Amino acid sequence: MPGRLEPDPIPRRDFIGIYGLWAAALAIFGSILGMMRLPKPRVTPEASTKFRAGTPAEFSPGTVKIIPEYNVRLLATEQGFAAMSLICPHLGCVVRESVDGFLCPCHGSRFSLQGTVLAGPAPRSLQWLSITQAIDGSLVVDTAQETEPGTFFQV
Amino acid sequence: MASDKTAAAVQNLKKLSANLRELVIGKGQADQDEIVSIWENLKATPRTLRALVARNGSAAMEGLSRFRENLVKLPGAFRDSAVRHDAPTSDRTRSQAIFSNFFLHIHSTKIHPNSLRISTTWGLGISLLSQFAILTVTGILLMVYYTPSLDLAYNSIKDLHYVVPTGRLIRNIHRWTAHLMVLFVIFHMARVFYTSAYKSPREFNWLVGMLLFVLTLALSFSGYLLPWDQLAYWAITIGANIAASPNELVHALGLPKIFNLGDLNKELLLGASSVGQDALIRFYMLHVVALPLILTLGICVHIWRIRKDGGLARPGGTPTAAGQGVGTVEEIALAPQEQPSKTYGLMCVVRDKSPHTDKDPDETVSSWPYLLRAELLIFMINMLVCIALALFFDAPLSEHANPAVPENPAKAPWYFLGLQEMVSYSAFIGGIVIPTLTVIGLALIPFLDREDGESGVWFGGAPARKIALQSVIVGALAAVLAVAVPVNFGWLRNWFPGIPQLIIIICNPGSLLTLAYVIWSLNVMQQTRSTRLSAIALFTCFLVGFVILTYVGTFLRGPNWDFFWSKSSWPIH
Ligand code: HEM
Ligand code: FES
Repeated sequence: MPGRLEPDPIPRRDFIGIYGLWAAALAIFGSILGMMRLPKPRVTPEASTKFRAGTPAEFSPGTVKIIPEYNVRLLATEQGFAAMSLICPHLGCVVRESVDGFLCPCHGSRFSLQGTVLAGPAPRSLQWLSITQAIDGSLVVDTAQETEPGTFFQV
Repeated sequence: MASDKTAAAVQNLKKLSANLRELVIGKGQADQDEIVSIWENLKATPRTLRALVARNGSAAMEGLSRFRENLVKLPGAFRDSAVRHDAPTSDRTRSQAIFSNFFLHIHSTKIHPNSLRISTTWGLGISLLSQFAILTVTGILLMVYYTPSLDLAYNSIKDLHYVVPTGRLIRNIHRWTAHLMVLFVIFHMARVFYTSAYKSPREFNWLVGMLLFVLTLALSFSGYLLPWDQLAYWAITIGANIAASPNELVHALGLPKIFNLGDLNKELLLGASSVGQDALIRFYMLHVVALPLILTLGICVHIWRIRKDGGLARPGGTPTAAGQGVGTVEEIALAPQEQPSKTYGLMCVVRDKSPHTDKDPDETVSSWPYLLRAELLIFMINMLVCIALALFFDAPLSEHANPAVPENPAKAPWYFLGLQEMVSYSAFIGGIVIPTLTVIGLALIPFLDREDGESGVWFGGAPARKIALQSVIVGALAAVLAVAVPVNFGWLRNWFPGIPQLIIIICNPGSLLTLAYVIWSLNVMQQTRSTRLSAIALFTCFLVGFVILTYVGTFLRGPNWDFFWSKSSWPIH
């Protein structure tokens, strides 16, 4: 006699049993999917990507200011202001200035003074960042906002 | 007052004696006898009481002495409750010892001498187990002081190193044993490969082994961040950006930013867009809970599976692997009286499906003491080596992490330096594509090479040895070329400055090296018509390539990842 210990062969198992199994499998799968959502943060904990770099009056043309907390290099020229990220587009090391450009210490990428990649594994050039002006007149750089290389911000 | 009371008492006594007299005289002989007997009893009371006390006292003594006896027998009784066999002095009791002990029953009770021979395994698997045990114990000790917070992590490691009693020794042991474990997992994989021990029925255990290999690397890597020093910070920054490097491809193809799957990888790993507190706590959780737990589980399956696959691979093949054929029709077809009522793993030493008592088809020997002694020896050697390393060499700790200034050069731990060398050609190809293909390729070996051949012997014949030697030469030449050409002549971007990024990504020294290895092994396959020889060619090439790239990354790369013949020629800055 079929019973719990000697169940019927699968084809004769009742409809509810099979669907019960599928429901359990789906529930477990769904829970796993739900759990995978947890590690992805809704907001990242970093401070804002925008920061004030100073007022235009502080910079005479030709000055360079490096803001280490953001790894940004601000350059003042006759044409205006430009901000360039010093984070290597290869794997995120911070590049150093050399006589004729920038060098990455980690895997040896080389960049021109304009940030164009010359050699090494970096897949692209250093990022130029967008500059805006706050109401109080200070220059605001946004590290999340890229602009075309060669764009200068005129006050 | 007193005389009043005395007078009253005398009065009462007089009344009592009068009453008594009246009672005795007034009553018959029977009453008198009764009174006399009461009197007798009264006189006997002290004696009765004494006897009573004596009798009950000896019963109490009896209980006490039995308790004392139990106390004396305690160790023996305790042992008998845990162990259900006699002293392991005969083969039978030794087998029982292995069989009925939770911690030993993972061994088979008998073992083939070939598995005991040191040249079969070089003790590598047991070394790995020993090292994992050492790492677990020292890791728990380190957790007593370590604090996974940005402000405290570095200082707690410093305290461990300079203040905590034995802290430095424990930290050193943990560090060097971790390095040894990575080294040995590679050695162990190579020994299993070169002895053809992955062949049927051991394909699945090779897969479990691959899982253990990846987990071991992941454990090392996750531990690397915890000290929160410069080395840690920049190694994990680079690692996380490798996880994000599929973005390179998206950018090179000019696709919009939504396709940046790499960002998702990185965010899941770091919990932020750069390495910080969230990354530290995630890596801590992975390093002390999640990965060790999975690794422990994996090791259990791995060891259990060795038993179920019929012990270690050995020439002449293994008798029926335990569990094989269980539940098949033939077995049920046995006459009822011949059917075993229980199937033990012991069957794995027997050539048939029914139990053969008193027969030893395989010249096996008792696991107790031969195997246990060998295991203990390996464990002690590992302890010795780890403690010696820890006494003589201090684990490094560089300055506190500084997100504004990378180390120059920023080097990953040695076992990732081959990878770092490839990453220095292309992050995506060298850091993701080639490692993934390598792991998949390794995992598929037992499924693509299904040739019958002797398992459990090194190389197994002159042709294999010849192919291995040729492959060492080919692999070494190709790897040296892959480093030497870019160092001396630059690469595509230096030759054709305007070349599309996609070509630079795909066509780099690392991918060409891999391609060369694959072509060489296909060529061996075509020449010899043997998948086994072709597998030997590919595996050997990868091993040699790994060694050479690791050597270059460790010793020949200096500041800015420039090539230097020796550290003494590094520029001073
Ligand atoms: C945490 C890592 C590992 C541990 C603790 C471990 C442990 C062991 C032990 C104790 C043995 C017994 C024989 C011996 O010592 O060689 C063994 C055998 C074996 N291991 Fe591992 N192993 C690990 C990783 C791996 C890896 C990475 C592979 C390959 C991808 C692998 C594949 C095998 C196979 C196929 C056998 C059976 C060999 C035979 O039958 O001769 N294991 N392992
Ligand atoms: S991070 Fe700059 S070259 Fe790798």
